[in-house]
Amino acid sequence: MKPFTVVDGLVAPLDRANVDTDAIIPKQFLKSIRRSGFGPNLFDEWRYLDHGEPGQDCSQRPKNPDFFLNQPRYQGAQILLARENFGCGSSREHAPWAIEDAGFRAIIAPSFADIFYNNCFKNGLLPVVLDAAIVDRLFAAVNAEPGYRLTVDLSAQQVVTPDGERFSFDVDAHRRMCLLEGLDDIGLTLRHVDAIRAYEARRRTEAPWLFE
Amino acid sequence: MSGQTLYDKLWQAHLVHQETDGAALLYIDRHLVHEVTSPQAFEGLRLAGRKPWRTAAAIAVPDHNVPTEHRDQGIADPVSRLQVETLDRNCTDFGIREFGMHDVRQGIVHVIGPEQGLTLPGMTVVCGDSHTSTHGAFGALAFGIGTSEVEHVLATQCLVTRKSKSMRIRVEGHPGAGVTAKDIALAIIGQIGTAGGTGYAIEFAGEAIRSLSMEGRMTLCNMAIEAGARAGMVAVDQTTLDYVRGRPSAPSGDNWQQAVNWWQTLVSDTDAVFDSEVLIDASTIEPQITWGTSPEMVVPVGARVPDPTSLADPVRQADGRRALAYMGLEAGTPMTDLAVDRVFIGSCTNSRIEDLRAAAAVIRGRRKADNVRQVLVVPGSGLIKQQAESEGLDRIFREAGFEWRDPGCSMCLAMNADRLEPGERCASTSNRNFEGRQGQGGRTHLVSPAMAAAAAIAGHFVDVRHF
Repeated sequence: MKPFTVVDGLVAPLDRANVDTDAIIPKQFLKSIRRSGFGPNLFDEWRYLDHGEPGQDCSQRPKNPDFFLNQPRYQGAQILLARENFGCGSSREHAPWAIEDAGFRAIIAPSFADIFYNNCFKNGLLPVVLDAAIVDRLFAAVNAEPGYRLTVDLSAQQVVTPDGERFSFDVDAHRRMCLLEGLDDIGLTLRHVDAIRAYEARRRTEAPWLFE
Repeated sequence: MSGQTLYDKLWQAHLVHQETDGAALLYIDRHLVHEVTSPQAFEGLRLAGRKPWRTAAAIAVPDHNVPTEHRDQGIADPVSRLQVETLDRNCTDFGIREFGMHDVRQGIVHVIGPEQGLTLPGMTVVCGDSHTSTHGAFGALAFGIGTSEVEHVLATQCLVTRKSKSMRIRVEGHPGAGVTAKDIALAIIGQIGTAGGTGYAIEFAGEAIRSLSMEGRMTLCNMAIEAGARAGMVAVDQTTLDYVRGRPSAPSGDNWQQAVNWWQTLVSDTDAVFDSEVLIDASTIEPQITWGTSPEMVVPVGARVPDPTSLADPVRQADGRRALAYMGLEAGTPMTDLAVDRVFIGSCTNSRIEDLRAAAAVIRGRRKADNVRQVLVVPGSGLIKQQAESEGLDRIFREAGFEWRDPGCSMCLAMNADRLEPGERCASTSNRNFEGRQGQGGRTHLVSPAMAAAAAIAGHFVDVRHF
């Protein structure tokens, strides 16, 4: 996994609440057995005017000019600014894969759905929860100022504005450590092989039907 | 010290290791696998040269991509076919048991787990699918995971996770006739919102929940995720034990009594304290119907399409306006004036035998309205299909002009050929009314099986209590 330390990037705003995983990456693209290549289909139904299917050359498809990702000012954005309950719906990890594949490294929102939030950390993508009033102000700033950038600093657990204003955010210590160092979760867990074996041995006696 | 919640007990029983930073290693008893969220996990194992930790804990089934008709001809879409064949190959390569597409036990992963006794009380159950919360109906700790975690569970039989907060939703009293578990679920989501349960494990309790069948409890726990909660659960009681006894993978002999002795402790202690409590009076719940593009956008069937301008929050107002535009609705229209183009009876929410019986009971001797283009009835598993046919339900559906299909996820998320066309309005017994969920531009209204069947006959939504 790609480590995440500090990202200084262009901000792109998606101004709607409850953005669900079906909107982030529609189901027809979930048929892929690969882990990459979902970026061009991120927000497919909002982004393009035609119906998308896997395997198309998306550069040739008619784009919705009103959608933020199609506006020149947001090209190359690395930070997605979003509203409450971002990523609700299914557990499809294709959602963070698509966001990451489209070039984003961090998402700032007042709240995230649990499974999506968790999936982000497995993919070098940092979900940042800031107070709704602060997110409101950031939306206003992004809309007012083309080229608006933010710095997201995971070590310091802060979002820094161009004016130097700092907003602190919380992040679970374990997830922070894994993301900062780009650690493989499975490798970490396998350090506890003995504990897992001991647990299983105990449970085989307590609840033998679980092992039949 | 206060007593333990059901969630506390399930958590404690599966804790392998607790880190000081809050992360915990939790043991997973049952891992359900389907074709959509597993290929990259198996590939990850291959790339790292890892083997599954305990293959017997896993069970696989293709459900999202499978066709619901002409199955003997295989899967027409080559991309879908490859995904299902990839699951078959991975299960063979890694030695994981699978109910393949032509096995009578095949069905929706959340239907077949309980049906086979692979889901048992007291288990931790995970699947790369958010509706894994369904299995909490058995007094199990069950939740959806992403593909990285699917790989993690395959490799280690554990998950790195952290304990959620606890919420108890007590539904007291008795719901009126025509009010089902689906209506209770939608009413709860309408009250606490689609993020109301975020960060919580929800225990559903109270008289109305204890009165539900296991099918009803599964419907309810299935929708916990639509309230934002990864896990929903119901305490073990006699209804649970009666359902589990005799299932193919349920314990038997001495193991059965030993299991029951433990399972009967899987209830929240009377002095347990929850982080949050919600109380709902079942007698106030009416048949529900969603009007918008989030499950929280829901009203009783007798209501009118709400006016978003009445909402105080500007973000919610904008969402409401967008939802009305997408759904092709005008505020103030009675919900029962809305004509439907298609009806879908199925999904991991409502495809069990009780659901099919409820739908059939409404339509017996009647035919679908002419304006309704298609009514799909998709049983949750091959065994449910057999059971329904032995009861003659398939005949009732066919005589009404409904299509009786083979089991799978079908039009709940339209990954196979079953889908809405742009602008079509659907009465659906599934769980999500998101934009494009049932087909790009499709308009989904979530309802109970009886409400969906009644809409198919009337050609528009009706209050099933007066139908």
